Amino acid sequence: MRRFEYARPRTPQEAVDLVAGSDDAAFLAGGSNLVDHLKVGIASPGVLVDVGGLGLDRVEETDGGLRIGAGVRNSDLAAHPVVRSRYAVLARSLLAGASAQIRHQATTAGNLLQRTRCVYFYDATTPCNKREPGTGCSAVDGYQRYNAILGASAACVTVHPSDLAVGLAVLDATVEVLGPDGARTLPLADLHRLPGDSPEQDTTLAHGELITAVTVPRLPEGAVSTYYKARDRASYAFALVSVAAVVAGDEVRVAWGGVAHRPWRATVLEEALRGGPLDEETVRAACLEELAPATTGPGTAFKLEMVTGATAMVLTDLAGRAR
Amino acid sequence: MSDDLRIKEIGMERSRVEGALKVTGRAPYAMEHGAGHGVQEPLHAFLVGSTVSRGRVLAVHADEVRGSEDVVAVLDHTNAPRLADTDDEEYAVLQDDEVHFRGQVVALVLATTSEAAREGARRVRVEYAAEPGEHVFDEDSEGDEPEKLNAGLPPSGSTGEPDLALASATHVLDETYRTPYMHNNPMEPHATTALWDLGPDGAELRCFDSTQAAHSVRSTLARLFGIEAGRVHVEASHVGGGFGSKGLPHAHNVVAVLAARSQPGRWVRLAVTRQQMFALTGYRTATISRFRLGAGPDGVLGVISHDVVEQTSRCKEFAEQTVAPTRHVYAAPNRRTSTRLVRLDVAVPSWMRAPGEMPGSFAQEAAMDELADLVGLDPIELRRRNEPEADPETGKSFGDRRLLECFDRGAERFGWSERGPARSRLEGDWYVGLGTAASVYPAYTQPGNQARVLAEPGGYRVEIGAVDIGTGARTVLRQIAADALDVDLDAIDLRLGSSDLPIASVAGGSSGTSSWGWAIVAASRTFRAQHGTSPEPGDESVAGPPKKPVDEDYALHSFGAQFVEARVNRFTGEVRVPRMLGVFSVGRVVNPKLARSQLVGGMTMGLSTALFEESWRDPRFGHVVTDDLATYHVATHADVRDIEAAWLDESDHRANPMGLRGIGEIGITGAGAAVASAVTNATGVRQRSIPVTPDKALGWE
Amino acid sequence: MPRISLTVDGSPVSGDVDVRATLLDALRERFDVTTPKKGCDHGQCGACTVLLDGRRHLTCLSLAVAHDGAEVVTAAGLGEGDELHPVAQAFLDHDGLQCGYCTPGQVCSAVGMLAEADGTPSHATDDLEAETELTDEEIRERMSGNLCRCGAYPGILAAIKEVAR
Repeated sequence: MRRFEYARPRTPQEAVDLVAGSDDAAFLAGGSNLVDHLKVGIASPGVLVDVGGLGLDRVEETDGGLRIGAGVRNSDLAAHPVVRSRYAVLARSLLAGASAQIRHQATTAGNLLQRTRCVYFYDATTPCNKREPGTGCSAVDGYQRYNAILGASAACVTVHPSDLAVGLAVLDATVEVLGPDGARTLPLADLHRLPGDSPEQDTTLAHGELITAVTVPRLPEGAVSTYYKARDRASYAFALVSVAAVVAGDEVRVAWGGVAHRPWRATVLEEALRGGPLDEETVRAACLEELAPATTGPGTAFKLEMVTGATAMVLTDLAGRAR
Repeated sequence: MSDDLRIKEIGMERSRVEGALKVTGRAPYAMEHGAGHGVQEPLHAFLVGSTVSRGRVLAVHADEVRGSEDVVAVLDHTNAPRLADTDDEEYAVLQDDEVHFRGQVVALVLATTSEAAREGARRVRVEYAAEPGEHVFDEDSEGDEPEKLNAGLPPSGSTGEPDLALASATHVLDETYRTPYMHNNPMEPHATTALWDLGPDGAELRCFDSTQAAHSVRSTLARLFGIEAGRVHVEASHVGGGFGSKGLPHAHNVVAVLAARSQPGRWVRLAVTRQQMFALTGYRTATISRFRLGAGPDGVLGVISHDVVEQTSRCKEFAEQTVAPTRHVYAAPNRRTSTRLVRLDVAVPSWMRAPGEMPGSFAQEAAMDELADLVGLDPIELRRRNEPEADPETGKSFGDRRLLECFDRGAERFGWSERGPARSRLEGDWYVGLGTAASVYPAYTQPGNQARVLAEPGGYRVEIGAVDIGTGARTVLRQIAADALDVDLDAIDLRLGSSDLPIASVAGGSSGTSSWGWAIVAASRTFRAQHGTSPEPGDESVAGPPKKPVDEDYALHSFGAQFVEARVNRFTGEVRVPRMLGVFSVGRVVNPKLARSQLVGGMTMGLSTALFEESWRDPRFGHVVTDDLATYHVATHADVRDIEAAWLDESDHRANPMGLRGIGEIGITGAGAAVASAVTNATGVRQRSIPVTPDKALGWE
Repeated sequence: MPRISLTVDGSPVSGDVDVRATLLDALRERFDVTTPKKGCDHGQCGACTVLLDGRRHLTCLSLAVAHDGAEVVTAAGLGEGDELHPVAQAFLDHDGLQCGYCTPGQVCSAVGMLAEADGTPSHATDDLEAETELTDEEIRERMSGNLCRCGAYPGILAAIKEVAR
């Protein structure tokens, strides 16, 4: 770990100015991902700007829905009464992640901005385009179990590890950002990107831009939602695949985790299922359409079956509850 | 043999003697000895691992690191102290420029803070002349037959005419069963705190080490560094698990002392990181077992043939005795075992809980489960029909073989009769199945142990240089000592955990309580013979068991039967195990409370290996890339539901005076096969390899 | 080197730490508080769990400098005087430990879990809005951030159930 300067600004603007003012600076929130990176040598900033004291830690009910401060701890958000009663998919995506200790530590924005858990990204002795652009991708022909099956590129086949991001994707969340040039908002759907030929960029944020809040619109009356995470062990593991889903009247919304470099909003499937029956056969057929562009290797072929099965399980269950 | 040993404390439920220290975090482990133990201002060491799997180190560029703040020294093969003995390539660290495997120690940074040591290690640049390495093997790999397997067993053997018998059998099973690379992963990473002390009378080496065998660390370091064993002092008062990986010294022991040797008079702390453990501290080889079973119409075996291919490191041989259990569990007139060892440019494998017995019993029990299907018999009935009258390998009588009793007791308790045909039970989204398998482990007693009994005012101090790695040795040896001296438990002050105490064998091979307990019984008897029942404080005796303690006319093994209920999600393939039961025949149980933990612990690790564990070695690079606890999954709380261990009420007087046979390892044997059997029963998809991951459970792979 | 002050198990400690030091390394190496253990150093095992300002927390993923002024309670500081904390005593009674290395983290985690259970759902909770009922499944899920390689989970569960009752 390189020695760094530690700064603890008082306001979001001060934090943004500190990071924007130096190519060598980075934001530090809960630390559960960044401290890990510092130890492994994936990140070696010269300045760490701690955003823990900025007061971005409130959950507010708004006319449109919910506004979640960037610094709200994952456990606090999952325990929030409104989240529990109205946004089951949000609560469940949070609770499926990591462990209680880490959820106490990790923040909303930090969770969204966590980086891939690809074993080669973490192993500085192997080539990885995300860690070191131009060195090559070790995962494509290597350990594949946690690789993407949708939207991958020759440069990078990894997936985004966040559960929360998948839950927020299906909720059509919006991200509030403060940058050196002022504030802006962007749909969460536009926050994470596909790897293309620049996998070193996880998101569309510019250097120095700070997420200050995430807003979640109100779900339609009678909507039911949930999050299912399929994994090898029963807890404390990243998803092999995950499914976030909302069923509201004729509307079906589905986002997948564990399959792509970003939360994968299954728009083809949603269109296919709109207004129709949500029986197992129909859902499986719609998954097949969504998965048409998928590419798999020997270590990922199972994800086609698994994400299809998980989606069928989740949607048939939600359909039963929505009735 | 046990006739004259009082049995009063033995058999009692007792809490761990050191339990209060552990639950408050006050028990000191190898990295945790500070000023109170004389460890002042220690230096911190951090290792640099090779990034090629084969070749030579051309240069280690570390000048900049040497000059940076807080860094004290950088050692590499050009400047590290020389060892007196470099025959063992695993231990000959920093002695030459040769690289044998990826992750091998090629340099070490010493600094006054751990942060500086870590950063220094990251910045050391090593240049290599790399050569292509071989990192993978399969059933067609050439390999060769090792001279001996671990535990000194022969690699192969044959009786009768296996090929002829197969040709004429009614039912023939010919399948291949696989187990993956696995890592022990004790919770405490391997660590050594070392001091090379230049006293007026010569050098003394002091270590606080995380080891299962303080004496073997002492003798190994003495040999490697060319000093008398009496000048080496190894303490291991508390050890955070080992599961075999701390049974033998590894490279880090040597390199920590090299660092200390280079800075005489200064304590050096070295902890292997979790990631480095995957290259440096041993692991279990993957195994490929071809099993051929030939049976008559009634399922009675005419032939058992087991051919194993496995690997070792080119730089040091370790041959897992995977064929071992095949030689002792089922009867068949025609038998064959063989072992082919493939030598690769990879890290050095070593002991992992039940070496040989664990992967071997997986193969054999999975094969028996499959044969039962083939013949159309209940798996337990098949085993009943193939119960041997004597040890199939040696022809010796089993002193005490109660495998079928374990099956019968377990079957009743578990509700085995509810088991239906494959894929016949769907509850909600879950396929439900039951499975079973036999457990087996030999009863070892290690030679050469000694104990000291010393009279003190009001009681006795009993000393032995054994190590309690979490087995409960401190507690059960105290119970044994109380009975051996025929006094109350409170009168015994049991001391262990140091090479300065009488010589003791490794906490391994499930032999600790047998070997050390016997030494304590022997020393107690000697003490009574020499000093009577009213000794003076200061009276002492040191003694050990007779040279050839075990009755060699008998085959001594523990047995067990494990039962598993598995549930497989029909949508996702996720596997969960809500119930697991093991019934064991292990001789006398010294302390039921702690014994239950040992047996359940073994079963839990067995469950964990059955469902999750796999060290994935990248064939291109030659190292394990699932090298941490996020990617090498071990069972969590949520995975371990109702696991129950039970045992038969018995005492094996042929094994040792205490009548016990050891319990540390048998729980892991058979567990994997029982899980695979249950998943097969649940889904109808035959499981021939572990881990049984969701993709395999539903046959998607 | 920045100077930090902490309250550890009720006692104030302060000193200079390397800016890169994690809270875990600062405790273990700078302040000789070795109760929290280093099992993985990457937030993957839970052995370093302490109660930080009252909540269970991984010290290996926290920079010491970011926690200046914090109140840390380790397994050594849970009990009153020489008396074991009821959770620690229950671990001992149910043999919820073997090698003991994960144990201080498990004990801290259990104490934190019991304190936070009310009002916090978990992955194992069926009805997100209902009051928490600490079933076996709930306890196991809530404790899953603490790995135990010896397999003491059943004893740990029994210990926690006894205290939760």
